[in-house]
Amino acid sequence: MVNICDVLVVGAGPAGLAAAWRAAKSGLRATVVDDNPSAGGQIWRGEQAKPSSPEAQEWLKRIRSVDIQMINGARVFQQPEAGMLLAETSNGVCELKYESLVLATGARERFLPFPGWTLPNVMGAGGLQALVKTGLPIEGKRVVVAGTGPLLLAVAAYLRGRGANVLLIAEQASSMQLVRFGIGSFSKSSQAFALKRQLKGVPYRSGCWVLKAHGTEKLERVTLFRGGDVACDYLACGFHLVPNLELAELLDCATKDGVVNVNEYQETTLKNVYSAGESTGIGGLELSLVEGEIAGLAAAGKRDDAQKLFPIRQKHRKFADLLNRTFALRDELKHLAAPETIVCRCEDVTLERLRVHESWRAAKLQTRCGMGPCQGRVCGGAVEFLFGWRAESVRPPALPVRVESLIRGN
Amino acid sequence: MSARTYDVVIIGAGIVGSACAVECAREGLSVAIVEAGIIGGGATAAGMGHLVVMDDSEAQFALTRYSQQLWDEISDELPREVEHDACGTIWIAADDEEMAEARQKARFYSDRGVPVEILDAQSLAKIEPQLRQGLVGGLRVPGDSVIYPPAAAQYFVEQALARRAELFLGVAVETITADGIRLRDGTSIAAGVIVNSAGSWSPQLTRGLEVKKRKGHLVITDRYPNFLRHQLVELGYLKSAHSVTADSVAFNIQPRKTGQLLIGSSRQYDVDESSVDVSILTRMLDRAVEYLPGLRKLSSLRTWTGFRAATPDKLPLIGPHGEHKRLYLATGHEGLGITTSLGTAKILVAQIMNRKPAIPVAPYLPGRVTQEPAHA
Amino acid sequence: MPETVSLVVNGVSVEMPAGSMVSAAILKTGIYAFRRSATGEPRGPLCGMGICFECRVIINGEPHCRSCQTVCKDGMDVRTDG
Repeated sequence: MVNICDVLVVGAGPAGLAAAWRAAKSGLRATVVDDNPSAGGQIWRGEQAKPSSPEAQEWLKRIRSVDIQMINGARVFQQPEAGMLLAETSNGVCELKYESLVLATGARERFLPFPGWTLPNVMGAGGLQALVKTGLPIEGKRVVVAGTGPLLLAVAAYLRGRGANVLLIAEQASSMQLVRFGIGSFSKSSQAFALKRQLKGVPYRSGCWVLKAHGTEKLERVTLFRGGDVACDYLACGFHLVPNLELAELLDCATKDGVVNVNEYQETTLKNVYSAGESTGIGGLELSLVEGEIAGLAAAGKRDDAQKLFPIRQKHRKFADLLNRTFALRDELKHLAAPETIVCRCEDVTLERLRVHESWRAAKLQTRCGMGPCQGRVCGGAVEFLFGWRAESVRPPALPVRVESLIRGN
Repeated sequence: MSARTYDVVIIGAGIVGSACAVECAREGLSVAIVEAGIIGGGATAAGMGHLVVMDDSEAQFALTRYSQQLWDEISDELPREVEHDACGTIWIAADDEEMAEARQKARFYSDRGVPVEILDAQSLAKIEPQLRQGLVGGLRVPGDSVIYPPAAAQYFVEQALARRAELFLGVAVETITADGIRLRDGTSIAAGVIVNSAGSWSPQLTRGLEVKKRKGHLVITDRYPNFLRHQLVELGYLKSAHSVTADSVAFNIQPRKTGQLLIGSSRQYDVDESSVDVSILTRMLDRAVEYLPGLRKLSSLRTWTGFRAATPDKLPLIGPHGEHKRLYLATGHEGLGITTSLGTAKILVAQIMNRKPAIPVAPYLPGRVTQEPAHA
Repeated sequence: MPETVSLVVNGVSVEMPAGSMVSAAILKTGIYAFRRSATGEPRGPLCGMGICFECRVIINGEPHCRSCQTVCKDGMDVRTDG
């Protein structure tokens, strides 16, 4: 399969959809490619038929109103030559040819290891939400939501709305940090108010985190810092978000401090390659949308129109900065894992085996931490927080693919 | 600036350097190991850990056979992380010509005491059911094994340190001097003997060294525990390793103890950059799925490259430099560094201590290479 | 388009709304251990978005399929290895 377009957008979340919409509206042939079965990314997962928010409704409608080629169930894994990406689908490999590229690969949750975190039914916060969105019945189940970030509130509210018994939310940020966040985000107050209403009666404990998850074959209860033991069916635990950088790094875009470097037009260090959304820095929905629009306009050569959106982006960036400061990780979280706690889940590498090494490279080579199927996507955020180790260069494939896809009938 | 003096300074803590280090330390020599990067970070990290006897030449056979016996002697004491697995090799014959080669190889090995087994088409299919139909047969060498080399290098370094060797990690050598080495930070280490075991970096430290980079590609799959039992190599592999100019690929696949499959192999001359070459990768995998059709559907996790240190006559350089009175070389092992690391260490130390080595060393002496061959 | 699909998980038939993922189907049958880790620990889904690879199961004979990224289809045969 071959797809030729003017603007190829990788990622069908808010940033990608915004970029594609602007490009298509400008008269360019736009293609969006995404690993998931339908558009929406994480935040609007499964909402094409039934949007859950005004933004989702508006943007999913906008996408349908222009001519965009949507390729779902396709994972981009390699760039064999300039101007082309390869994506694997269940039917084979798709060759995606483009003039301009927008990387809107979004973010994933940051996981930190603690005793018992590998038990079945311990999941990410977004993880459990995604599972419920895609068909897991949660009615009547006891759920503890923990970790850090505004995602916890959104997840708790969503789960409650689907009938879960959300026992409490444990937010590691201190109450003082959270108060500053509340005060500084007036523009978000209507959202905050709605969430507050949905979560009425659910204890929200700041300065609180999970010390240990207990169970034999699966989760049975959790122990909280200054919170005692809580029996539960699911633990939805995630520590904010980290950008998905693998594709940008594979293409050799410059990254720094864990984000893709872009200029004011959302252009990366590679010509005709743009990036927008969480991959350029975690900043939430509104920022992702305006960045996506700017990238789409810039890719279409409409720099003047892009410039008009700069003030909006600036405004949302301020919120993003506040967001990331508020939910910075406290030091206590570095000491949750016991020596025998698994840090790399793919290869079952424990903390004590890892910490004897002086560098990520040495640790990877000797323990194979980060060398499994997830290629460091789960343990990477943890080893960076625990040891200051940063992931290094990425080789193809960006995601595991069938051997025949690497050959691709060449 | 304090004076640091050792009997031996070893440059490079790859598998060859680290094996030499522990062997020198066992002799009671004071040893400094100087490694610019991480232990086992060069070709040791990139290649397949195949412990294999080869019959390319008598000299190659002697060194691989000697080394393999040394590996067998220590296999029980190796840590779990080294993942030593005595799975054996099968050399695959795709046609009658290759089958004749297989029989020749079998005779060569059995004449020299290496246990072998000739497999006809039927027994080959039975023992490795994933191989395609229509192959003629093969040669099974049950004494070959597989290890995870970085862990072995780490183990040897630890063994050397336990015998009072000292490790200078993340320390780069600027130049080899008359009586030792000078580091990039300006300080010096004096040594009675300097060993250049820096693999593909060795020519940077010793001028005129006939060691060139030979790039290879590898692919690793997810876990498929019962897919293969042996390391499988096509008999055509020898043609690939023989070529001194052309880019080549050959079927070579290894089952790891984890159940993952390590797919190789490729060889390229005169390529200095380490990025994955899509056309070579494709050719290599094409060859592999020709032999193992079921490989197509398996999940591949990662691809990478590495540089072997190759000499013009395909034998390593093990012994005194000649001109520099204190300098010894232990480099140029091409694709056999893992196997021959142990034999290299023994015959190097024998030369340093002026003892008779267990095997004749003339074929590996650095002094044997005088003129640069026109075609290299 | 039908409202539900019917698939088989470890020999047990389960009905799911159309568009559901296989991971949800497995959890719905009460199975929480989808696979065993490298050292034999029981594991289930973690990230829900296809990056952790803990939700891998055998679908229609093919191992290492990420169940959280696979849409349920009528007649699908799913086997866990937990």
